[in-house]
Amino acid sequence: MRMLGRTAQNLFWLSRYVERAENMARLLEVGYRMSMTSRREGGASEHLISMLQAAEMDELFAERHEVADVDTVAYFMMFDPENPSSVYSCLQGARTNARSVRTAITTDMWESMNGAWLEFSQIKPKDVRGAKLAGLLQWVRQSSHEFRGALLGTLLRDDGFAFLQAGNFVERADNTARILDMKYYVLLPRSSLIGGEIDIQQWTLILRAASAHRSYGHVYHDRYKAHNIADFLILRPEMPRSLIYCAGFVQQNLDLLAKLYGRRESCHDAMDNLLKLVEDTSMDQIFSHGLHEFLDEFIARNNTVSETLSTSYNFY
Amino acid sequence: MGDTTPFDEMHNADGSIREPYRALSGWLDEQPDKGLGLMQADAEAIFRKLGITFAVYGSEEGTEKVIPFDVIPRIIAANEWRRLSRGIEQRVKALNAFLYDIYHRQEILKAGRVPEKLILNNAAFCPQMMGLEPAKGVYAHIIGVDIVRVGPDDFFVLEDNLRTPSGVSYMLEDREAMMLLAPDLFQRSKVAPVENYPENLRRTLESVAPASAGRNPVIAVLTPGIYNSAYFEHSFLADRMGAQLCEGHDLFVDGGKVYMRTTTGPERVDVIYRRIDDEYLDPLTFRPDSMLGVPGVFDAYRAGNVTLVNAPGTGIADDKAVYTYVPEIIEFYLGEKALLNNVPTYNCTDRDQRAWVLENIGDLVVKEVHGSGGYGMMVGPTSTKAQHEEFKKKIIARPDNYIVQPTLALSTCPTHVDGGVAPRHVDLRPYVLVGGDEVRITPGGLTRVALEKGSLIVNSSQGGGTKDTWVLED
Repeated sequence: MRMLGRTAQNLFWLSRYVERAENMARLLEVGYRMSMTSRREGGASEHLISMLQAAEMDELFAERHEVADVDTVAYFMMFDPENPSSVYSCLQGARTNARSVRTAITTDMWESMNGAWLEFSQIKPKDVRGAKLAGLLQWVRQSSHEFRGALLGTLLRDDGFAFLQAGNFVERADNTARILDMKYYVLLPRSSLIGGEIDIQQWTLILRAASAHRSYGHVYHDRYKAHNIADFLILRPEMPRSLIYCAGFVQQNLDLLAKLYGRRESCHDAMDNLLKLVEDTSMDQIFSHGLHEFLDEFIARNNTVSETLSTSYNFY
Repeated sequence: MGDTTPFDEMHNADGSIREPYRALSGWLDEQPDKGLGLMQADAEAIFRKLGITFAVYGSEEGTEKVIPFDVIPRIIAANEWRRLSRGIEQRVKALNAFLYDIYHRQEILKAGRVPEKLILNNAAFCPQMMGLEPAKGVYAHIIGVDIVRVGPDDFFVLEDNLRTPSGVSYMLEDREAMMLLAPDLFQRSKVAPVENYPENLRRTLESVAPASAGRNPVIAVLTPGIYNSAYFEHSFLADRMGAQLCEGHDLFVDGGKVYMRTTTGPERVDVIYRRIDDEYLDPLTFRPDSMLGVPGVFDAYRAGNVTLVNAPGTGIADDKAVYTYVPEIIEFYLGEKALLNNVPTYNCTDRDQRAWVLENIGDLVVKEVHGSGGYGMMVGPTSTKAQHEEFKKKIIARPDNYIVQPTLALSTCPTHVDGGVAPRHVDLRPYVLVGGDEVRITPGGLTRVALEKGSLIVNSSQGGGTKDTWVLED
């Protein structure tokens, strides 16, 4: 049976929202940690604001709050229904999309999504302080993993699967690129090979925001270095949040669609164009052309993939 | 129908067990203490897991409720069912013939058997349907007939639901749950299956596809969307039939034909099982502010390029005022006496009947002619004096706007309650499918049960639950 364009759209956004909720939680976790350990005056607020910048939420936040402290930022990123990217809004969006496509997802996926939303929507923001916040952030990530696990374990490998996976990895690629772009200046090659304390703190932040601070050691067997960190999050194909991995994953799923539907669409050209950027290149080349320019270009081309996908397959 | 003890479906007047309930009675006796309670808890878990919920309007999104399910099935004997289903089939055939006539030559009005005013001035009459030829002449394909029982041989039709009757998913899921909970009880009885309903629905829909449709007509279930209280049922039926679940904006009309927007482009739609009310169906023909419908779909229907199920305008045949004429309607088109009785209904425009009604209002049920879902209704015995007076005034002011019926002593069935098993009042909604080929009636239907002691109100919004309904095979 053919799939409605709206169903494809719902599936795409369902997993984008789940991924975004997870990324928001991770980002807030990093900001929260950094604000506890920062030794400088005003450091806490600075870290939190850079978190908001990474998520492109800083302007909306400034409209709604005067002070950036753990409480205001946590509320804003977790619970604020007025913030379209808060964990609350993401889970609500994911659940609404899931409900629209009940017949296109499995019972296990539905239960995982519905359960997460019902549980989260009953939490009162004022009850979530201190240690409770850390626990809740971890729960958000676990819920996302559970949903993805249900998807991988139970869903037919058909067009619906491809739209779900594409949504998930388009979102993840965007997130990793934004985290890098927020801190690109601390990754630029400099005369001093050994980073100062502030550099190390910033690098840790980047790696943690991509859940990469542990796996880094397994790949590089080395202390934190700017060049390695950039390489890890951009070009390492074994890193499941790196740009090249995410782009490759989206491509696989677009290829699956081309195979199922017997036709290539404009999104496939956009995909090739995105991949060109990360394949057959090296960190040295990227640095020499400009890291920031590279990331900007990646984000733009990744967006084009998402947009052409929606026109190619009749989303609305 | 006096105010004697209501008829209990499990017991004879002398307290002995009625034949159809013999196996159930034995099984109930064997259940350990709290056995039914544990089963009830399991049932609740099964329903949550299957996601059988209904949305509660006005409550926070995400708070869908589970309709209470009673673990003791309601049982109908084979011969009782044969009688019922013959009566139901007769009724739905006559009502479809009536609809065809009303929207064509109106012979029944010319013959003076049904007052012309009652039809042509009725809000449920749909002038846009005049002269339109629905595929195979069928108007009402999917019908839920509400039946109550007041004695061993006394069944009454309370209402014919010819628009978009709901609840069939509960009938199916109740059976699934019951088979999981009490397989041993099934082994002792021969129970007619209900699980063919989605397949029969599909066949019915295919049987009325336009001639232009291919060998496998494309079927869409049209839903108002996820915030509709019956959304679960819409997605459930689409899923079980292998049909596409569409919202209005998933469909469009081009050159008088209906298409759905798929990932690979437009695909022609042949049959639309719409769960949207007539007035929202097409903003170009009905309510122009409708966001739920499909612009132009009525013209495509009129041109015979798509079939709408049920047809628009079927509401004229289940209008409460028209209801009183159903025995006439059956006689007029089929030349037969009605096999199933209507509830006796008093006509308040008749001076003598009105006087009697006003005198005895405390014992009667008053229903607004165009009301539904329990709105605009008064049950005399459970209402206050002030309410009686209020409805008396209403009847005097607009006698044609009300029908009045005696309060029926609905039959009771054994039901699991706190502290054991007790009789509770029930009704029955069998589901009927009228195709271009044949009439298909699923044995049984949905039994609704008033869980409150003594209550006659079976609506889920007011403490009603459901039961699995067993029709025994010979």
